[in-house]
Amino acid sequence: MRTLTFSQATCEAMAETMAKDDKIFVMGEDLARQGGIFGQFKGLPDQFPGRILDTPISETFIIGGGVGAALAGARPVVDMHFADFIGVPMDEIFNQMAKARYMFGGQAKVPLVLRAPDGMTFQGAAQHSQCVEAWFPHIPGIKVVAPSNPYDAKMVLIAAIESDDPVLYFENKILYKEKGQLPEVADQVPYTLGKARVEREGSDVTIVSYSIGMKNARAAADLLAKDGIKAEVVDLITLSPWDKETVLNSVKKTHRLCVVHEAVKQSGFGAEIAATVAEDALEYLDAPILRFGAPFCPIPFAPTLEKMVRVYPEDLVKGIKGMF
Amino acid sequence: MAVTKAQKEQAEKFYETMSTIRHFEESIKHDSLAGEIPGFVHLYIGEEAIATGICGALRQDDMIESTHRGHGHCIAKGADVNRMMAEIFGKKTGLCQGRGGSMHIADFNIGMLGANGVVGGGYNLATGAALANKMVLKNDKVSVVFFGDGASNRGTFHEAMNVAAAWKLPVIFVNEMNCWASTTPYRTTTAVENISDRAKGYGVPGVIVNGQDVFAVYEAAKTAVERARKGEGPTFIEAKTYRIEGHYVGDPELYRSKEETQKIFHDTDPLKMFREKAAKLKLMSDKECDAIDEKCAEKIKAAKKFAMESEYPDSADFMKYVYVD
Repeated sequence: MRTLTFSQATCEAMAETMAKDDKIFVMGEDLARQGGIFGQFKGLPDQFPGRILDTPISETFIIGGGVGAALAGARPVVDMHFADFIGVPMDEIFNQMAKARYMFGGQAKVPLVLRAPDGMTFQGAAQHSQCVEAWFPHIPGIKVVAPSNPYDAKMVLIAAIESDDPVLYFENKILYKEKGQLPEVADQVPYTLGKARVEREGSDVTIVSYSIGMKNARAAADLLAKDGIKAEVVDLITLSPWDKETVLNSVKKTHRLCVVHEAVKQSGFGAEIAATVAEDALEYLDAPILRFGAPFCPIPFAPTLEKMVRVYPEDLVKGIKGMF
Repeated sequence: MAVTKAQKEQAEKFYETMSTIRHFEESIKHDSLAGEIPGFVHLYIGEEAIATGICGALRQDDMIESTHRGHGHCIAKGADVNRMMAEIFGKKTGLCQGRGGSMHIADFNIGMLGANGVVGGGYNLATGAALANKMVLKNDKVSVVFFGDGASNRGTFHEAMNVAAAWKLPVIFVNEMNCWASTTPYRTTTAVENISDRAKGYGVPGVIVNGQDVFAVYEAAKTAVERARKGEGPTFIEAKTYRIEGHYVGDPELYRSKEETQKIFHDTDPLKMFREKAAKLKLMSDKECDAIDEKCAEKIKAAKKFAMESEYPDSADFMKYVYVD
């Protein structure tokens, strides 16, 4: 086993896939000279000269050009700089990238990966701290992933790059520096898009999350264990298409559901999970579903205010104890 | 100077393409007004010389991005009119198996990467395709994006033009300056006289051609294609034309005078202009043009029959093609 950061793990994924397929190229802002503003492309420009392109600050081109390149037969990986800027090329995402295959009757494929660094960090405030992943599972034709640890970061990115469908890859800015254990390349297990993982087994409550929300899920499970409550923790990994079966099976076993994410609670992805469980497994529930997410407020600047929009493990513990 | 066989063949091909587009659009107009065609259709009548001249300078493996007014581009690039017609009627035998319709018609086998329901949606796609071909796939294919004067006011125009010029990408921006953005005349929304005046601001050559003259369009396209293939970068071609039909079939056109439109059509109909020029240059006679018109009328009649006799797509298959896997 090896110890790598989330960021290093994504670099390995890029390098392994790029070495195998010269149709893969990368474009975005501040990549070739800087290695990405979070260092997530570090070393790649030297390893693959001419294949990591620094674009102008032109997000509709970065994404729309990526879609055009994919239609022409290349396999682009495009970087969004900050997930917050994803509104600029929204048409390129939901009307072009997502629709090309369907509306052209299967003639097109769009093997594109859009990497989008998200989440609260460095007091980025209202326009540099958001989690916007829940906007996209509403759009047929694209896939959405949000891994929570370095090993998944690598394997999910490889799966995304190798997929012939467009994939939005949300990578949390705090997680970049998180370390984790990865097997040697020969021993790594490929990830299948759409699969969730039961990360910790338990019998009393199911906690579902993804990306940085998993830190809350794990910490809450640890705290609950001290009080004798065995939480089952499910890491969704893929938000679209999401693994309903794994979540439903877990809830049928534990009879309680808690969902948590850093994104705003209202219309967050937790709402989809809660609604699905209410539709398909209501009779198994022994308590109302609990949802945690940010309050309905832009991300504030002052550190004292930013704290107010975060979710903490203690919130989950308090809520879950109230389910019994 | 004697007319060569190649010149004559080219002229015949130009006229046949334009006549095919004209007959196709007349047929669509008739059937749409009769309520036989589902959805919106936007006609290319009066603008045939542009698609014909531009695509006449392209190879089959070159790529085009079209617009919501895309039937002409599709025909000029070489699509099968039977499968086009079937698509517009929403049939299983259509180019997009009934998933796209008129506004999303495409034929990837001939580099027609799709009409686009979003005005100004094509610039980045064509520029990205050019980037892929030049810098990733390392071939000499050229891309073309067609767009109207209305679309030239989208921000995507700026982003794509700038990067295409900065990276010398093999993409040609073809502005069909038809004077109307849906119901709005371009003069009320645009200060420059010519859209191509903007090209200079990007370091791109801007060329103005008479969009009713297929020969003039073809010559401009040929130069632009050569330039693109040589790695010298994009060209902006502004083809002056006029939108003869309403924005869509059924448009009551309350915003303009029908008499004025008909006069413009009378004076600048590209098929009529072709006949005059071809006769003067002794390329083709009126009789030869008539014969082509007759052939095209039959071809479109057959296309309609093909579409009418085709089945609708299997309803149970409606989810097919959302994803590859």
